[in-house]
Amino acid sequence: MYSDKVMDHFKHPRNVGEIENADGVGEVGNPVCGDIMNIYLKIENNVITDAKFKTFGCGAAIASSSMATELVRGKTLEEAWEVSNKAVAEALEGLPPIKMHCSVLAEEGIHKAINAYRKKQGLPLWEEKNPHSHDEDGEGATCQH
Amino acid sequence: MSMGEKRTVYMDHSATTYVRKDVLDAMIPYFTEHFGNPSSIYHLAGDSKKAIDTARAQAAKALGAEPDEVYFTSCGSESDNWAIKGIAYANGKKGNHIITTKIEHHAVIHTCEYLAKEGFEITYLPVDKYGLVDPTELERAITDKTILITIMYANNEIGTIEPIAELGAIARKHRIPFHTDAVQAIGNVPIDVKAQNIDLLSLSAHKFYGPKGVGVLYIRKGTKIDNLIHGGGQERRRRAGTENIAGIVGLGKAIELATADIEGHNKRIRALRDRLLSGIMAKIPHAYLNGHPEKRLPGNINISFEFIEGESMLLWLDDEGICASTGSACTSGSLEPSHVLLATGLPVEISHGSLRLTLGDANTDADVDFVLEELPKVVSRLREMSPLYKGKKEGGCNVQ
Repeated sequence: MYSDKVMDHFKHPRNVGEIENADGVGEVGNPVCGDIMNIYLKIENNVITDAKFKTFGCGAAIASSSMATELVRGKTLEEAWEVSNKAVAEALEGLPPIKMHCSVLAEEGIHKAINAYRKKQGLPLWEEKNPHSHDEDGEGATCQH
Repeated sequence: MSMGEKRTVYMDHSATTYVRKDVLDAMIPYFTEHFGNPSSIYHLAGDSKKAIDTARAQAAKALGAEPDEVYFTSCGSESDNWAIKGIAYANGKKGNHIITTKIEHHAVIHTCEYLAKEGFEITYLPVDKYGLVDPTELERAITDKTILITIMYANNEIGTIEPIAELGAIARKHRIPFHTDAVQAIGNVPIDVKAQNIDLLSLSAHKFYGPKGVGVLYIRKGTKIDNLIHGGGQERRRRAGTENIAGIVGLGKAIELATADIEGHNKRIRALRDRLLSGIMAKIPHAYLNGHPEKRLPGNINISFEFIEGESMLLWLDDEGICASTGSACTSGSLEPSHVLLATGLPVEISHGSLRLTLGDANTDADVDFVLEELPKVVSRLREMSPLYKGKKEGGCNVQ
């Protein structure tokens, strides 16, 4: 059911763990829905120098976390903000429709972590797309919890 | 097993079983030699007809029924659909109330939901934390409009065996037809439809080492029921469609073998299961057994592991060659976890972390050892990356 890329990132997840004294942390998801993602960012001079994650969830959730942290490493905050759930899913060579919400969770996690950093810095927050929801352009299912 | 060849440990026998060699051998001539349509009059047809009669007698004997109370169908789901819709439509004038439970297979639950849209009233009985139905709850739910009670014999997910004889006696007392989905029970529990007051019973051959695509509905003589499949006059004008002769022969042989020595079979499977279960419990903390500790199918283990999700467990187990299943939402095509686990009162987040291992005849002590070696590694690997596991680490010291 999963692409080789998803299985690769599931079986060999990149960037697992926490960053001590992270500059931005994004916690998204809900155990009731079956997935929780914590994204940790290290940020220097507006550039993400390190990204790590911890995830409770299915294969797609773990692979999406792994890929999202890979995609944002080395990027400026502006560039990282533009890493969409679709970009995560495409980099994984596709996700089953029912699993698209996992890539949405990854995007939200990155956004939340960036905004947590901006808040700490006293910068204005950027507008998050779908705060507090798992919705994903009408594809697949949505967890209402 | 040669060097480098991947080992497969199949522990999903509640999903389906392989076909036993002696069952397959019995079936093969009915594909190639004795292929005649039993409805025809030449001698080839006679061979097919005789084979079906033999299988019918084998199934009847296994259930304590009469041969003319056994009807062959295409699967367990068809048997459930026929029993429920057939009774509902035949007795619509008498009433419109059906009693079932919250833990039935989807073949029963979705059929009841369909009938609810047609104007039938459905009561879904609750279960206790072990998945057991309380007979007094059943009796309390009965009204003068109740036309059918349908309660599964044994649950497919958590393995809980219901007090069927007691539930059947209550149905009998109130003169209400009693159906049981016994798909998981055949070969694991001694069944006697007369002694256990069962009026209708569904079973499916591929759960007890027979072929897929063939099942039975037992219908007690005198039960008022409509047909589901209309057409030719097969199965004494009750179920149309040319008989799946080879499949029916396989079902007959498989049920005969599966019920020949239930206690002996259970003793062996239960010993393997119990060793696996106690090994898992000893090796993995924060694990909870779902279902009843004793009143459960001999090969069934259903455990929830806290802080992790079931699908990722299955993917890793599959990587090691272990075939298992889960009640997590993430494999079901919806985002709701197992309705059975939720009905037992298990919190949603813990339901996501459930693992079902169902042992069968081909499993060995070496299989149990292999799972006991691999499963703890899988669980701890996933816990290490779970944000819920923080601060829950046991034993070891956390000094940096």
